[in-house]
Amino acid sequence: MSNNDFIEFFDGGLAPTLDSLGGKGASLVTMTAAGMPVPPGFVVNTAAFRAFMGAGLDQAINEHLAQLDPEDIQAVDQASAAIRELITSRPVPAELSEVTRQAYADLQSRFESEAPLAVRSSATAEDLPDASFAGQQDTYLWLNGYPAVAEHIRACWASLYTSRAIIYRIKNNIPDEGLCMAVVVQKMVNARVAGVAMTLDPTNGDRSKITVDASWGVGEMVVSGTVTPDNIQLDKVTLAVITEHIGDKHAELIPDPATNCLVEREVEPQRRNVLCLTSSELEAVAQMAKRAEKHYKSPQDIEWALDADLPDGQNLLLLQSRPETVHSSTTAAPKLGAGGYASSLGYGSVSSITASLTKITG
Amino acid sequence: MTMKSFPKPSDLPVPAGAEGWEEIYPYYLVFQDELKEEEDAKFWFCDSSHWPTVFKPFETIGGEFAVKCLGQYNARHLLIPNANGIEFRVHLGYLYMSPIPVPEDQIAARVPEFEARIGHYFGDWENKLAAWHDKVKGTIADMEQISFDPLPEIVPFEDITNGVGKDGSEILLDNYDRLISLTYQNWQYHFEFLNLGYIAYLDFFNFCKEVFPNIPDLSIATMVQGVDMELFRPDDELKSLALLAVELDLVQHFSRTDDPAATLAAIAAAPGGERWIKQWEEAHEPWFNFTIGNGFYAHDKYWNEHPEIPLGFIADYVSRVQDGAQILRPTQKLIAEKQRIVEEYTELLDDEAAAIFEAKRSLAATAYPYVENHNFYIEHWTMGVFWRKVRELSTMLTEAGVFQDPEDLLYLGRNEVRDVLFDLVTNFGVGAGTPIAAVALPKKIAKRRLIVDALKTARPAPALNTPPEVITEPFTRMLWGITTEQVQSWLGNDEDAEENVLKGMAASPGLVEGHARVVMHADDLSSVQAGEILVAPITAPSWGPIFGKIKATVTDIGGMMSHAAIVCREYDLPAVTGTGSASTTIKTGDLLRVDGTKGTVQILSNMELVSGPGAHSHAHQH
Repeated sequence: MSNNDFIEFFDGGLAPTLDSLGGKGASLVTMTAAGMPVPPGFVVNTAAFRAFMGAGLDQAINEHLAQLDPEDIQAVDQASAAIRELITSRPVPAELSEVTRQAYADLQSRFESEAPLAVRSSATAEDLPDASFAGQQDTYLWLNGYPAVAEHIRACWASLYTSRAIIYRIKNNIPDEGLCMAVVVQKMVNARVAGVAMTLDPTNGDRSKITVDASWGVGEMVVSGTVTPDNIQLDKVTLAVITEHIGDKHAELIPDPATNCLVEREVEPQRRNVLCLTSSELEAVAQMAKRAEKHYKSPQDIEWALDADLPDGQNLLLLQSRPETVHSSTTAAPKLGAGGYASSLGYGSVSSITASLTKITG
Repeated sequence: MTMKSFPKPSDLPVPAGAEGWEEIYPYYLVFQDELKEEEDAKFWFCDSSHWPTVFKPFETIGGEFAVKCLGQYNARHLLIPNANGIEFRVHLGYLYMSPIPVPEDQIAARVPEFEARIGHYFGDWENKLAAWHDKVKGTIADMEQISFDPLPEIVPFEDITNGVGKDGSEILLDNYDRLISLTYQNWQYHFEFLNLGYIAYLDFFNFCKEVFPNIPDLSIATMVQGVDMELFRPDDELKSLALLAVELDLVQHFSRTDDPAATLAAIAAAPGGERWIKQWEEAHEPWFNFTIGNGFYAHDKYWNEHPEIPLGFIADYVSRVQDGAQILRPTQKLIAEKQRIVEEYTELLDDEAAAIFEAKRSLAATAYPYVENHNFYIEHWTMGVFWRKVRELSTMLTEAGVFQDPEDLLYLGRNEVRDVLFDLVTNFGVGAGTPIAAVALPKKIAKRRLIVDALKTARPAPALNTPPEVITEPFTRMLWGITTEQVQSWLGNDEDAEENVLKGMAASPGLVEGHARVVMHADDLSSVQAGEILVAPITAPSWGPIFGKIKATVTDIGGMMSHAAIVCREYDLPAVTGTGSASTTIKTGDLLRVDGTKGTVQILSNMELVSGPGAHSHAHQH
């Protein structure tokens, strides 16, 4: 499973570059390298895009864009449709097609059976209005088989020329020369167990704790609060379990291969009232949350899943990591008692010892 | 929820045959009818961690000296603002304790004295501790000088000419008094630093709980605990001797260590044996002044008097080295892990708090190791010499016709023994011959033997009377693990209690399953098989070699800083301490799951019939 001129696997070991991988692709490679494994996959890089677009296609596109009035919505829509038709109907060069097919096969070889994939655009930042725009338009889920994946890679490339993107560039004087697009191809998560983890105690902001919520199936029911998950608090330094509440976990969302949709089903009684994570899985979740906090240098709120298609030890996936916002502006600074601590004794001052000793600790 | 109570002392049944047991102990050690109301109003917990076995009358000396001297440092030396000493009683042969609080309105007045006194020590810990070592070793040297020689048949002529004017009996009396008073002296010294070690630890402990709410006690302990401690030296000496035996190819001579004379002779005669014997002899002083017991009982066996014990441990290590095992403690790993833990907690604090954290931690890390290391100097070394001298005395008295058996002495209190000595010197001095004791005592001693044996048939109650709603006294919580939760769990008020699950302190992390080996007494240690889970009322750190081959430890009593907890962390083994009843609930052979991270012990299946080589299914009757 090796990288080549056009393909870079998330765990391929190369330094991620924004120019080559786009924002999303670079971030997935970075996270994987930092011990925060995202669902496995690869990036079809911007060199692949250029190889595809070269040999005259860009000239044909430019003709459609010349003299286009950004206020003439109809004209923009027509130009957009024509360009996208050009892109999606044009055959991919054989060399590029060959390495993409090989990358697809390499990725699938990691799973017990052929798994559905997602294809997402990964723009280099300046070419598109904003990340959410790109994200909304260009994420294709539950793709089965190589032809569907190949088709949607081209759809991502074509998404550079949506009407909105065209208007945005004209209005902001962004030239079309050098426009680039990388495409992420990634396994769809098949969550057996999933949930969230915060690198603090959300009740008091204590940063020496990691709080994990976990339930069966896909994590959406945990996030939306429609299921009572297992709730476990660990010490961040030693990962010792401090509190452990087993949630009812009455239902789970799981992918339905027939429809490529998530379906909700009832959890059978014997799985409800037991922890859905083993202690080693729990420790792995906590370690990953810790790494995310260290990587992003602030308390994190992560979403994670254990993927049923991946072997133990490689099945914990990070789906999202974002800064925790409620408490992270405060530190875990104690309410310090009175007294000069820089004592002439060279130790903690005697008066603070008295205060501590006579206080009733529970 | 209504508070349940433990039985009153008078509610506990007297085991058949133990009637009249009160008479075998000094009056001040037993509950008094005249004080019943007052004594029943107090909460007493049993310290079966230090005194798991019924006291023979002479043996109360260790309990009396230890608990009295502990208390005097709280109440009279350091003036701990909120804690006086601990009252204690012997009931049905076991020691029960009741901490004495300081009245709320007197706490503030003690603070200035307290601060001045602890400041004196904490400001110059290393020098003060060095002076302590000198004092304690001086006491031991004085004790070693004591001998109990037979009285001279006639006063030597030179005593006549020198005008000595005494018959030598005064030396016997004086030596006995000196033995008692020197032992008392080291017990006083014992607590000069012990309470301070706990104070520094508690200070850091409370600070950690404040800045990191619910931080596991284990994390706090790890951050202050010494990694290379004197208490581990005796065990390290044995490991070193085992490695040397392998290196020198002396392995074949360790097959019959129950015959130490033959074993040592064979080693000495073998090539390279001389070097090994030299190291073996050098290790003796002081490190073989070490007992497999805890120093509080006359039956505790010391390595230097029972070479078959260290030789057996060495043989055990030798065979493990040959099996490719790593017998040395993972010291480097423990140091690195301790450092990581300290750093990661420190990083969570802002600069000001981090500075306080480090000040308190370093004080605790400086003062706390004493809490473990003193154990070698007092419980092992001092008490080893003490019991050896007591045996010399009882042997001499037996030869003088006072006792029929040297063990008889143990059935008299130490002040009754003083009477016996005067009986001896009187009858000897006047030329009457045999002391009255020879006829007056045998019946009494025989009766007391029966009473002690009868008392041994019952285990102590974990506690007596009604517990306070919350247990706040810091030393009780820390030394004995007597917390509100623990007391509730003993009372069966634990709402989360599961069947077949015992709860205790999460004293050393890890999760293992294995078969139980219940050890009620140090003499049963040899029954422990590799891979078993040790279940005991208490463990002594001197059981070191056993920790190298067991999977986990479960005890009845003991907190986060009990010996079992510390040794298990040192050996990287799970431990659950302070379960209250593991040694009586669990049977040898039961399959257990010990979770030292959560503090639970689950009995997965009851005792299977164990058979085959190495299996021991006998009951433990000690």
